[in-house]
Amino acid sequence: MPQISLTVNGKPASAEVESRTLLVELLREKLHLTGTHVGCDTSQCGACVVEVDGKSVKSCTMLAVQAAGAHVTTIEGLASADGKLHPMQEMFREHHALQCGYCTPGMVMSAIDLVNSHPDGLSEEQIRHGLEGNICRCTGYHNIVKAIHAAWFVMHGKEMPIAAE
Amino acid sequence: MIVDGIGASVKRVEDHRFLSGKGHYTDDMNRPGQTHAVFRRSDSPHARIKSIDIAAASKMAGVVAIFTGADLAAEGVGGVPCGWQIHNKDGSPMAEPMHPVLAIDKVRHVGDPIAMVVAETKQQAKDAAEAINIEFEELGGISDVRAAIAPGAPLVHDDVASNVCFDWHIGDKAATEAAFANAFKIIKLDLTNNRLVPNAMEPRAAISEYDISSGEYTLHTTSQNPHVIRLLMGAFVLHIPEHKLRVVAPDVGGGFGSKIFHYAEEAALTWAAAKVLRPIKWTADRSESFITDAHGRDHVSHAELAVAEDGKFLGLRVETLANMGAYLSTFAPSVPTYLSATLLAGVYTTPAIYAQVKAVFTHTVPVDAYRGAGRPEATFLLERIVDVAARDLGMDRVEIRRKNFIPADAFPYQTPIALQYDSGDYQTTLRECLRMADYDGFEARRKAAAAKGKLRGIGMSTYVEACGIAPSAVAGALGARAGLYEVANIRVHPTGSVTVFTGAHSHGQGHETTFAQLVADQLGIPFNQIEIVHGDTSKVPFGMGTYGSRSLSVGGSAMVKAMDKIILKGRKIAAHLMEASLDDVEFKDGKFTVTGTDKSKAFAEISLTAYVPHNYPIEELEPGLEETAFYDPKNFTYPGGCHICEVEIDPNTGTVAVINFTAVDDVGRVINPMIVEGQVQGGIAQGIGQALLEHAIYDESGQLLSGSMMDYTMPRADDLPNILVGTESTMCTHNPLGAKGVGEVGAIGSPPAVINAVVDALRDYDVRHLDMPATPAKIWGIINAHTLKMAAE
Repeated sequence: MPQISLTVNGKPASAEVESRTLLVELLREKLHLTGTHVGCDTSQCGACVVEVDGKSVKSCTMLAVQAAGAHVTTIEGLASADGKLHPMQEMFREHHALQCGYCTPGMVMSAIDLVNSHPDGLSEEQIRHGLEGNICRCTGYHNIVKAIHAAWFVMHGKEMPIAAE
Repeated sequence: MIVDGIGASVKRVEDHRFLSGKGHYTDDMNRPGQTHAVFRRSDSPHARIKSIDIAAASKMAGVVAIFTGADLAAEGVGGVPCGWQIHNKDGSPMAEPMHPVLAIDKVRHVGDPIAMVVAETKQQAKDAAEAINIEFEELGGISDVRAAIAPGAPLVHDDVASNVCFDWHIGDKAATEAAFANAFKIIKLDLTNNRLVPNAMEPRAAISEYDISSGEYTLHTTSQNPHVIRLLMGAFVLHIPEHKLRVVAPDVGGGFGSKIFHYAEEAALTWAAAKVLRPIKWTADRSESFITDAHGRDHVSHAELAVAEDGKFLGLRVETLANMGAYLSTFAPSVPTYLSATLLAGVYTTPAIYAQVKAVFTHTVPVDAYRGAGRPEATFLLERIVDVAARDLGMDRVEIRRKNFIPADAFPYQTPIALQYDSGDYQTTLRECLRMADYDGFEARRKAAAAKGKLRGIGMSTYVEACGIAPSAVAGALGARAGLYEVANIRVHPTGSVTVFTGAHSHGQGHETTFAQLVADQLGIPFNQIEIVHGDTSKVPFGMGTYGSRSLSVGGSAMVKAMDKIILKGRKIAAHLMEASLDDVEFKDGKFTVTGTDKSKAFAEISLTAYVPHNYPIEELEPGLEETAFYDPKNFTYPGGCHICEVEIDPNTGTVAVINFTAVDDVGRVINPMIVEGQVQGGIAQGIGQALLEHAIYDESGQLLSGSMMDYTMPRADDLPNILVGTESTMCTHNPLGAKGVGEVGAIGSPPAVINAVVDALRDYDVRHLDMPATPAKIWGIINAHTLKMAAE
């Protein structure tokens, strides 16, 4: 079985994997990072989204061996060392953007990429379109959209206009 | 004054763990020495199993054991039980065929489990499951309820004639016939309530363990009601007494009904743990969920409404064929009957109603409760036929509803079909919803859309539902094989902090927050001094779990009852300490005070005294401060309200965009408005999903064609609008909180509002009705056919 090394949440990690092992299986089963979830088997739901070398990736669509040498960030790697939540996590909590919590890690990881890749502004329509690859069954997305909108302002260091609330 | 008490939008205590990846869902757990199970399932809808050859599979790498139905039968393992018995019109009980844990002799739906492979890894178990050689004799299946009751249809169960599980009715047939005889007009409508796949985002999973020293089994499972699983599996399937069977439902990633039921996998895993003497883990793939989780809806109905010339409803009669699937799931028989037909009065004064329901077996996945369970089906039927009646009579859709509403001063209101509504104010929820949706401004918006080439429509539904199930004696008389109370145990610790053990289960509802607010409010102690424990039969005394919007109205009421006992005992202790009579000691804002004096004792002083009883009325009172209460509801609760939907159709493509959605609901007492709003929005998203996108489609023989998220359209962020939510509450009159429930209102009220809006948008295209989901293909077909017809004329 191939042995691979990579960086996960800023720390070196290595594991022996089958060539058919998926990145999400490596994270959950070998590295015990169970915050990344599996919600489907057709790459539709986005519960497994993580960041690989700066881009959001569905970790069920990538083989573990393809992540050799990569820098991977999972939901467990977002909060700072003192436990302070990332602004996106904070806004999800503030706006009640989660209910059962199962889609949440993937939703948060996708949302962070969405905000980072839109430095000039992010409309409601862009948010909704940008979440096409993430399914939530609980919230109806209303509060997720609000949370991401609010997080855009925090992450880009801008003040949110009152009318935008 | 408690700031985080009733009425405050407290941020949820469960969020930190979910947001930081620290949730404990079943599949996140692993046990030392754990093995993995994979089920080999039928890919045929209906076949005789001629042989099962496990020889080659057994020798494959990592395989620990392979079990088949014969192994379980040899040890007397029972069938998966049904928890609700319906009786036929003639008084005889429904057909209740055996539902084996693993198939014996025959398979009856795609997904029916035949063998369970236990191996060192999941991949090894998968490989071996594929290597099992099964010889089938295809028998031909049926999926449609009408086809299933036709002469000559293949039988799902050899001992159930014509595939009819039961033929039931409710209401006064003679009075209804008389009402129809006097009708000015009879409005007729055929409708199908589309079959749905619940698709909670967390697939079902379980881990079973057996301790050979103690003889104790432990099952971690994705359940909405662990005690019910323990009861059904222990007593009926595996014959394990309660004290040797622990069922834990940890963090559960959504349920929507689909995780109420006792599933065959739970029993197979638990039984096998004692055979392999190692923990066994099973997690469903999503494709497996599609063919094993109980589906929802799938009713085919014919409805007739008798109306007077002025638009008053005189009578309603309904005939429904309800698909049960291949086996009876836990609560399946209750869904089309007591959870649906009894709601056919809706919010209207219709004096005579008669409903008949034929439940039918087919070669499909079992059908059971899915968010709303029966009430969305009744509401869709009723709110569609009311719109059609308005159209056929040339009346305004708002006026016909107002004219027939049960007036606010008529409560308690006895309907002609069993239910007695305790409270409601349908004129107010309608009026508020019309205002919030700017209904009066709609025609201008319609014109503006037309100028852009779009067809804009508006639709509404005014609904009531029955939840908070239910007085045990009533439910028992209607066929429930369980009590439907709820349990709370409140443990006050010596320093005054509190642990609450509840039989309700949270799988997204935020109970750890809402229940803590309730307790903080009533005991006058800080919110952060309270912990809510749920989901473990070894910790919680008992419980019936969470479904049917019952957690607050029934589970919360049990807490109030337990707190009443805590307060009474606290008053006795305080009376002793302050040398006052019990009647003179009152409890308010976390303090026990002698009335009319400044003498008082804080809650924590009393709890400490209870555990350090040095100066204590030990002759009359036991030490400690812990109380348990069982609360059995006195009636159902009746949330209701109005939903208004506004859509725009692109006539070139047939696509429907939901532009606005407004809901004003009466959910009784609200503890946390933020959570209530989220529940309504989530329910509406599922309702819009049913109305426009979702459909579990079988081919005629029982092959599921929409068996993955690539084929079954789940609502996504860009399919949905912002959802405007208001509440206009009247209090429930028969529980101590006034709570009615909010979990299902969104999914119940919204589908007819959407379809009424779509039909309104298509008003120039001669559409009287259209079944869900209103897909672009369906709508384009209507527009195109009409255009061709016009051209031909």
